[in-house]
Amino acid sequence: MDSARARILARIKRSTPKGDEAVRIAAVEQRLQHPQHNLVPERGQGDEAHRIGVFTRMMEAVGGTVEVLDDVNDVPVAVASYLRNTNRPAQIRRGKDERLANLPWHRAQTLEVKEGRAEDADTASLTHAFAGVAESGTIVQLSGPDNPTTLNFLPEAHIVLLEAKDLDASYEEGWTRLREIYGRGQMPRTVNMISGPSRTADIEQTIVRPAHGPKDMHVIIVKSR
Amino acid sequence: MEQQASEFPANVKRAIADSQLQWAMTETGPRFIEKRAKARANLPEFDALRDQARDIKDHVLSHLDLYLERYEAKVVQSGGQVHWAETTQEARAAIISICKRLDAKLATKGKSMISEEIGLNHALEQAGITPVETDLGEYLIQIRGEAPSHIIAPAVHLSRDQIEADFRKAHTHLDPNRDLTEIPTLVEEARQVLRQKYLDADVGITGANFLIAETGTSIIVTNEGNGDLTQTLPRAHIVIASIEKIVPTLEDATTILRVLARSATGQDFANYTTFSTGPRRPEDPDGPNEYHVVILDNGRSNVLGTEFQDMLRCIRCGACLNHCPVYQAVGGHAYGWVYPGPIGSVVTPALIGIEKARHLPNASTFCGRCEEVCPMRIPLPRLLRHWREQEFEKHLTPGAVRWGLSVWAFFAKRPKLYQFGTRIAARLLNLMGGRKGKLASLPLAQGWTQYRDMPVPQGRTFQAMWKERKRG
Repeated sequence: MDSARARILARIKRSTPKGDEAVRIAAVEQRLQHPQHNLVPERGQGDEAHRIGVFTRMMEAVGGTVEVLDDVNDVPVAVASYLRNTNRPAQIRRGKDERLANLPWHRAQTLEVKEGRAEDADTASLTHAFAGVAESGTIVQLSGPDNPTTLNFLPEAHIVLLEAKDLDASYEEGWTRLREIYGRGQMPRTVNMISGPSRTADIEQTIVRPAHGPKDMHVIIVKSR
Repeated sequence: MEQQASEFPANVKRAIADSQLQWAMTETGPRFIEKRAKARANLPEFDALRDQARDIKDHVLSHLDLYLERYEAKVVQSGGQVHWAETTQEARAAIISICKRLDAKLATKGKSMISEEIGLNHALEQAGITPVETDLGEYLIQIRGEAPSHIIAPAVHLSRDQIEADFRKAHTHLDPNRDLTEIPTLVEEARQVLRQKYLDADVGITGANFLIAETGTSIIVTNEGNGDLTQTLPRAHIVIASIEKIVPTLEDATTILRVLARSATGQDFANYTTFSTGPRRPEDPDGPNEYHVVILDNGRSNVLGTEFQDMLRCIRCGACLNHCPVYQAVGGHAYGWVYPGPIGSVVTPALIGIEKARHLPNASTFCGRCEEVCPMRIPLPRLLRHWREQEFEKHLTPGAVRWGLSVWAFFAKRPKLYQFGTRIAARLLNLMGGRKGKLASLPLAQGWTQYRDMPVPQGRTFQAMWKERKRG
């Protein structure tokens, strides 16, 4: 297979415009070492209230639901009432994320909170979003023990805690923060951008929810103080 | 998959006569166009983003060797493995060898056009590995033993009645008297059937919409969540992608993603856009233990540096299919291979040879709508014309057409004679048409007049009128 690699790269090299190889290499290094923003649409730009407004409109347009809280300590009760209102068992699976672990779960006493990756039988999950993107009503989840990837896909209901301070106007702001945390050129195993519950239009171009992923997506935004 | 691109004329006749297909195309075709138009109208920056998307890919294509090397190094650094394949055969062999080493019996699959291009499912079956397509559209055509008829909506040619019949045939373990008349019921049944497959699979195979050189990341874009269940639950995740999927940075991928979903389905963003980098990390509670990327060339590197290079900017959104009057009339299967529509008519000759695909570049009215809507601004009509030129130069065009063209060329190169001839012809046709102003049949053009009348010319030629105006 090594020879396949050499032959493919040689053929590509032959086809590239003739000129100084050092210039080509410098152009590539420059682009990779100093990632630049391209055009960023205006839609999501604005203060927190604007971003929450656009995010909510976009998320609801694709079948998700949004709830805005003033106090993060109200999250357990909000989760319990969401499950009750959607006729689901009072059970939730979450990862090790401290911001979730430290919530006052005793306030929702009937709620059973399990920790770990999703199991087939789980009916609902709660994750803490790394970011929200107002532009398209998208949440960004990072893999790892804090918020295992399976929580985004296996349970029928996916509840997301999004702190308004993490609600960006555009995807680009998230990439900048990700590089600050993981280092340049480094990524967690999986970054999931999720915009609403699972859907398909494969039969007669008719939109049906859900397809294979969650049936419901509920985002709880906690306003900054 | 066996290619039948040379059967295009016969396929077209069949497609036109297929009332089921015609119903499906008429029903769904306009919806794609409406959805895209709405998404475009809602984003003032859309056309400027298309320019940038084009520029990103042009930059990549002129530095592709360097970006592929950087990409490979980053994949290896994150614990993944890269397998290079010059041919479809090498790509199949690489995937099967990974599956065999893992003693895999069941492979779930996300939607991938490259998988169709290399005929992966058949090869897996031959090797004793059961492939299960998990994208609903791909699953439907898999149980029917068909090829996709659209790049992003593989089962767009089917109606719910056909699907109901297929499900009854394929899912014999379920109650034969169950009600399957509604679309949501069909989707729910597929969800139930495939759910267990995700959990049981040994390997998950997906395509990639993009490969990011900066981070060694592969991206999949789905709406169903099937690709994520496919790549997260099994022991190994195998990505199959072609060399031109590279983009430099996360920001560059983001820019192209902004035009992808809008052009494809009219969504602002797909439901699930997933960035995968290497296998599961030591602290991760889920994710695959192995991560492999099979990079396929299959003739693409020969296209670089030629007049056809622009085709490699394609992001497989399907917008050109949705806006093509020929595709909308005949559907995807008529094209005889994996890639239908305008982009297929450009890509297929490059991958299987113009000799076998010479009809496809002729399957265009050159109306230009494909180029108008292409998010990557690929000049599709120009590329189709280049193929027609090659067809002519290689003497693949039939004698009658060559003769006709040479007669026309003789006159076209002699303006005086041409003007004289057209003046006479216009008058003659006008006379023949009589009071009706229409001709019911024309010599050498019965094929055309069989279905419609030819309106006669108004008596004077364009050139004559032009001259007069200039004088006036």
